[in-house]
Amino acid sequence: METNGETKSQNAEHVLDHFHLFRQPQYLEMFERKKREFEDPACADEVEQIREWTKTKEYRDKNFAREAITINPAKACQPLGAIFAAVGFEGTLPFVHGSQGCVAYFRSHFSRHFKEPSGCVSSSMTEDAAVFGGLNNMIDGLANSYALYKPKMIAVSTTCMAEVIGDDLNSFIKNARDKGSVPQDFDVPFAHTPSFVGSHITGYDNMMKGILEYFWDGKAKTIAPLERKPNERINLIVGFDGNVVGNMRELRRILELMGGDYLIVSDNSDVWDTPADGTFRMYDGGTKLAEISEALHSKATISMQSFCTPKTLPYIQGKGQETVGLHYPIGVAATDQFLQEVSRLSGRPIPEALEKERGRLVDAIADSSAHIHGKRFAVYADPDVALGIAGFLLELGAEPAHILATNGDAAWEQKVRELLDHSPFGAGCQVYPGKDLWHMRSLLFTEPVDFLIGNTYAKYLERDTGTPLIRFGFPIFDRHHHHRFPVWGYQGGLNVLVRILDKIFDEMDRNTNVPAKSDYSFDIIR
Amino acid sequence: MSELRQIAFYGKGGIGKSTTSQNTLAALADLGQKILIVGCDPKADSTRLILHSKNQDTILHLAAEAGSVEDLEIEDVMKVGYKNIRCVESGGPEPGVGCAGRGVITSINFLEENGAYEGIDYVSYDVLGDVVCGGFAMPIRENKAQEIYIVMSGEMMAMYAANNISKGILKYANSGGVRLGGLICNERQTDLELELAEALAAKLGTTLIHFVPRDNVVQHAELRRMTVIEYAPESKQAEEYRMLAKKIHENKGNGVIPTPITMDELEDLLMQFGIMKREDESLVGKTAGEAVLCA
Repeated sequence: METNGETKSQNAEHVLDHFHLFRQPQYLEMFERKKREFEDPACADEVEQIREWTKTKEYRDKNFAREAITINPAKACQPLGAIFAAVGFEGTLPFVHGSQGCVAYFRSHFSRHFKEPSGCVSSSMTEDAAVFGGLNNMIDGLANSYALYKPKMIAVSTTCMAEVIGDDLNSFIKNARDKGSVPQDFDVPFAHTPSFVGSHITGYDNMMKGILEYFWDGKAKTIAPLERKPNERINLIVGFDGNVVGNMRELRRILELMGGDYLIVSDNSDVWDTPADGTFRMYDGGTKLAEISEALHSKATISMQSFCTPKTLPYIQGKGQETVGLHYPIGVAATDQFLQEVSRLSGRPIPEALEKERGRLVDAIADSSAHIHGKRFAVYADPDVALGIAGFLLELGAEPAHILATNGDAAWEQKVRELLDHSPFGAGCQVYPGKDLWHMRSLLFTEPVDFLIGNTYAKYLERDTGTPLIRFGFPIFDRHHHHRFPVWGYQGGLNVLVRILDKIFDEMDRNTNVPAKSDYSFDIIR
Repeated sequence: MSELRQIAFYGKGGIGKSTTSQNTLAALADLGQKILIVGCDPKADSTRLILHSKNQDTILHLAAEAGSVEDLEIEDVMKVGYKNIRCVESGGPEPGVGCAGRGVITSINFLEENGAYEGIDYVSYDVLGDVVCGGFAMPIRENKAQEIYIVMSGEMMAMYAANNISKGILKYANSGGVRLGGLICNERQTDLELELAEALAAKLGTTLIHFVPRDNVVQHAELRRMTVIEYAPESKQAEEYRMLAKKIHENKGNGVIPTPITMDELEDLLMQFGIMKREDESLVGKTAGEAVLCA
């Protein structure tokens, strides 16, 4: 990609891509002039001085005293999570009542991460809808969505705009039904998801609860509420998960090995991993609509991510089910706990095949322990994911130093603290609920670590602070297909271990590769 | 615990909603009902007579101080007043900025999520003026107030507002469970007030639940930041509020889907009672002095 100042001319046979084009002299000159004439630039020395100042303890203190602004929050807004939950159901079209721009953002966010088209419609509210209310948008929107995209269910959530003017989904959807937008018995569950409250995991929770309430409590008063007739089935709710495609398949494999009757409530692994076989699938896979109703009768529900289900799980419990809340099980102990819960609830022993997998993961950890032991890590992610990674790092003998979740609260901080307190490797670690990536930048400068674990947005932190980045979580836009590999279970743990090790060895090679200077350690064997 | 009963008081600004509702609720508390008042008015004066305080700290004010609503605990926002009546004020922005309607939504969601309605017999929403936007309709959404009581008087604009509020209720009544409980006429001593109020109630398909006569004792009590029920329990006015409370208590499930009328029909009603003369265009735009000269 280096041009070495060489001028390349373009023609139809030879088109320069963006890597090279903007390094041509004519562009370099133009940028220079633009800066000089229009940007009123500060002198380079001063820029450098300020850059250095932002690395200091003094700046960090000011940064952490910041009250009125958030810079680069590591979270998205509620409707994103609502859509995530909604597409996990058979033939379900997510419908966001609000403005188009928001929904374009949700679609692109998922498409960029999963590298798949992501269907989601908006009610396209404009200024007059903001003044007069969005009822007509709901009526026309539901009618169009039903006619054009032929879904089996439409799950409605909201953006800030509809929430500020106080549009009431329950009455709007009822009105739209009465106007014939959708058949009277067509399923339209809904959840209010004001974007200015909570984050995408709040939206996931609201939509999941909204859908269960709709099916269990009489479909918005159109039929009688269901009566629970307990059976032996176990429900699993997976939560908002960037690795959902790989994790779902691994989860199903594990449950098959365990034996018994299970139901994954909202499984979007197929719709975000459709095969290229010549058939476009707007909808694929997902939890069957009839199964949503049946889920009421299950014996118990396991939430794989408790901070994604703070309202859903108590609601299910209130129906008489036993509920179990986990935190994104990565590694040996977390997977042990998951399997033990499944075993306890199903009354089935953990099979030998899984015990062997456990042994293999333990063996792999032991093989590489010398390289991970004592390495310092900074982690940011959604609350459950951060807990999962932190637990695994402690297990590996690594030392987490900073654990941050912009959408984490005091309860999350408490959970992480408890986890850290149970391991000698957690002693020096700080927990940062509600902080953003600009806080993390200060942390990485003033209390450096060996590695940073975070999503794609962490690449700016990697560039600024020089901390090597291990990509994990959601979204990952700039590396492909990681989401296809599981991180849950013993085999998933192996994947995470390999990802961490690869980065450690890459760094080791990078730091020892100067011939006749440092290459005495540029070893073939690591 | 009996099933939670949720009611709301709506009406034109300045009509005496807060006074009427607090007196009525105080009387209900005397009957042993466990009551929660949710003030849905940025002025935050829905609970002063119960709490004997000037203005209660509002949910939104406290939330702004704490950083966000999530940082609040229910104990921070709920005060207990006369006969253990629990009081919260949603509050809202300063005049001229922000969105008061969203404030109502935020506050009610906060109260529900934090268990404010547990162990309560009655929740009463006191809502400002008209149903001016979706936020002020929050108390009449599904699973909120079952009956709406409109406080009005014989004044034309109060009747106009009552009709408008009925329109708001109608919007939600067709898709949900909200009903118009009835009208409460707060006497202003206008011409043929009782008859007019009853006629309007009939037009709206409901009844005049109670006609509350004007009595200066209300003022005396208000100055002391007390309800009449508490200040002068033996007074005739206290008895009126007790009657109103009893009627509301017994009105459970008797609400109706209102049948709001057009502006023309409303004016016709006024003409019917001789308050306005039919088609007397010569009156329009004339001052009282001029009108005398014409007559």
